[in-house]
Amino acid sequence: MANPQQETVLELRHLRTEFGSRQHPLVAVDDVSFAVKAGEILGLVGESGSGKSITLRSILGIVRPRGRVGGEILWKGRDLAALDEAALRKVRGREIAMIFQEPMSSLNPLLTVGLQISENLVAHTGLDAKARKARAIELLEMVGIPSARDRLGDYPHEFSGGMRQRVMIAIALASNPQLLLADEPTTALDVTIQDQILRLIQSLSRDLGMAVILVTHDMGVVAQTCDRVAVMYGGRLCEVGTTSQVIADARHPYALGLLRSIPRDVAPRTPLYSIPGAPPALNALPLGCAFTTRCPVAGPECRDLRPPLETVGQFHEVACHHRVEALAHFRQQEAAQ
Amino acid sequence: MNMLTMEPAAPLLSIRDLSMRFAKNRSLSDTIAGRPRQIVSALNGVDLDVMPAETLGIVGESGCGKSTLARCIAGLHRPSSGDIRFEGESVIGLKGANRRAYNRRVQMMFQDPYTSLNPRMTVRDTLREAISVHRMREGAAIDRRIDELLDLVRLPEGAADKYPHEFSGGQRQRIGIARALSLEPTCLVADELVSALDVSVQAQVVNLLLELQDNLGLTVLFVAHDLRLVRHVSHRVAVIYLGAIVEVGPSEALFSRPRHPYSQALLAAAPSLDPADRKRAPALSGELPSPLDIPPGCPFHVRCPHAAERCRIEKPMLRPVGAGMAACHFAETISAA
Ligand SMILES: Nc1ncnc2c1ncn2[C@@H]1O[C@H](COP(=O)(O)OP(=O)(O)OP(=O)(O)O)[C@@H](O)[C@H]1O
Ligand SMILES: Nc1ncnc2c1ncn2[C@@H]1O[C@H](COP(=O)(O)OP(=O)(O)O)[C@@H](O)[C@H]1O
Ligand code: SF4
Ligand code: SF4
Ligand SMILES: [Mg+2]
Ligand SMILES: [Mg+2]
Repeated sequence: MANPQQETVLELRHLRTEFGSRQHPLVAVDDVSFAVKAGEILGLVGESGSGKSITLRSILGIVRPRGRVGGEILWKGRDLAALDEAALRKVRGREIAMIFQEPMSSLNPLLTVGLQISENLVAHTGLDAKARKARAIELLEMVGIPSARDRLGDYPHEFSGGMRQRVMIAIALASNPQLLLADEPTTALDVTIQDQILRLIQSLSRDLGMAVILVTHDMGVVAQTCDRVAVMYGGRLCEVGTTSQVIADARHPYALGLLRSIPRDVAPRTPLYSIPGAPPALNALPLGCAFTTRCPVAGPECRDLRPPLETVGQFHEVACHHRVEALAHFRQQEAAQ
Repeated sequence: MNMLTMEPAAPLLSIRDLSMRFAKNRSLSDTIAGRPRQIVSALNGVDLDVMPAETLGIVGESGCGKSTLARCIAGLHRPSSGDIRFEGESVIGLKGANRRAYNRRVQMMFQDPYTSLNPRMTVRDTLREAISVHRMREGAAIDRRIDELLDLVRLPEGAADKYPHEFSGGQRQRIGIARALSLEPTCLVADELVSALDVSVQAQVVNLLLELQDNLGLTVLFVAHDLRLVRHVSHRVAVIYLGAIVEVGPSEALFSRPRHPYSQALLAAAPSLDPADRKRAPALSGELPSPLDIPPGCPFHVRCPHAAERCRIEKPMLRPVGAGMAACHFAETISAA
């Protein structure tokens, strides 16, 4: 757990990101508020399309094609949402770095890996050529690339997928960022390489005080890496808490269903729990709770009345009108199995 | 598995000393320098029996040869050496009607639900084509069979006349399953069938697969990197390392007490759902060595924490250990620790 004394570095207040026309907006991120402290790893989980990547991109002001970003993005007290492009560029890649979901497409295939790291060092540090080379080697070693010195002259295609992802991480870390936004950094990798990369991110956060937002859809990754978790559904936060609160004591029907569908403590080859239905399209989100159409305990008011995030314990918040029924429902299910 | 008679059933598929080598395309500089073509050894002497009506899980790191093995079994690659027997008959070099009959009885299902379906064909056209090519039904019986298949995989009414892009990822996987089932196969080869899907959708497809298998008595090869899922669906599991099986055994035994050091490391790297299990150091360092250059002796010795002198020289054979088989000189003493 991050030290509670640590200062909050990033605070989102009512973040809202929408696409399309103003008359008929498609709201991808809706009223999202959370804070991250120095040295803390916050997990952001949810199914595909729930708005995880757009949330990260909104923080850096790189939502493409242009989305409209509203609310406040307080970075060490400064509102990034109010900065112009030139001012944002000074923060991006330097104080806040991002690892993208598609590693292959974010490395330049025509430049050697050494040059790509060096470019980043030129842009964000005052190091001279010699110091940049030394730093590039140091970074590659840090992410576990063997014989790093000899590999500076290699092109991305000469690395395996796992190594390319580590090169991406080395580039992101080049400027010693204070906040790392990591969008599914290990989803395409083997469990062995995933394990190596997560341990690395964890030690950087612990030892250097780097704050991290880690997007993933793997609850195991959350359990093994994150201090706190925010669960998203349909562009909204439905549950926020410490890792053990969310994993062992989830309260929101979506979070409960998600956890239930993972095979653990179930007899082999028996049917797995699955959340009925499909996620709603952005143009068909109900006014009230986004989970209404799939929720086993939805009441008549859920469709029209948006449930606010309410505190259910220290650090633990849940947005649901029927928390008692939800717990009872999933306990009953469990007993039936 | 054959539960009724006490006699062990004959294997449906019997794979012996199977090897698959690919010649790598020479780079320009290699051609100029007159260097020989490099050889990728994707499979190196695989021995494996698959029993009728069992689900055999296949796991291992990226590039270890899982898909190559699956493709050899499905007849999509001709192995460089070794034998594959189906109901006792060799299927290498089958021609004409015999080849077609085998291709019908062993069906491969692919990972990517987006590219394995023709975007310009409706579901009905896709299924009709498969049914007609193999003359499974004639005339009006074809449409009846299509309705039956869609019902079997739980696709909504009206799905038959839609195009692939009109379906979600999970539904597209069901279309792929329906297409495979239209040929009334004996064996399904599922290569990363659910890897691209969200957890809750994965559960739906896995439930369908389990149910179909029980009802139709299908044999399933289940290749996946999600170990929790493999454990849940498989009767037995095979672990591949650098193109060879290092351990195979009953699923529960293998997962609760892996015997081979590589299986142990692979299972330890998979993120546990219990935050209290957190570790600081990665379970396995280094990467899979290049299949261009397989280490002598035990192929795992360069990464194995238990490697001894003997391991660098003598290649361990797959032999009975505990409830299954393992290829490690010291399997008994290591797993006792
Ligand atoms: N047609 C081919 N030509 C050359 N090399 C190949 C070919 N097909 C596979 N290989 C190589 O053979 C090895 C095994 O590949 P394979 O696709 O079977 O791995 P896999 O275990 O399925 O990996 P993944 O988990 O990434 O799907 C790899 O090194 C791969 O690069
Ligand atoms: N440029 C865009 N225009 C319209 N909709 C978009 C755009 N980019 C993303 N979306 C939609 O916003 C939602 C959230 O996307 P994203 O943040 O990428 O999800 P994920 O949680 O999978 O990372 C999805 O419904 C997606 O289709
Ligand atoms: S009970 Fe109502 S508010 Fe709670 S998750 Fe279900 S639909 Fe949403
Ligand atoms: S044979 Fe030796 S190197 Fe190979 S797995 Fe066993 S102990 Fe490790
Ligand atoms: Mg995303
Ligand atoms: Mg594969």
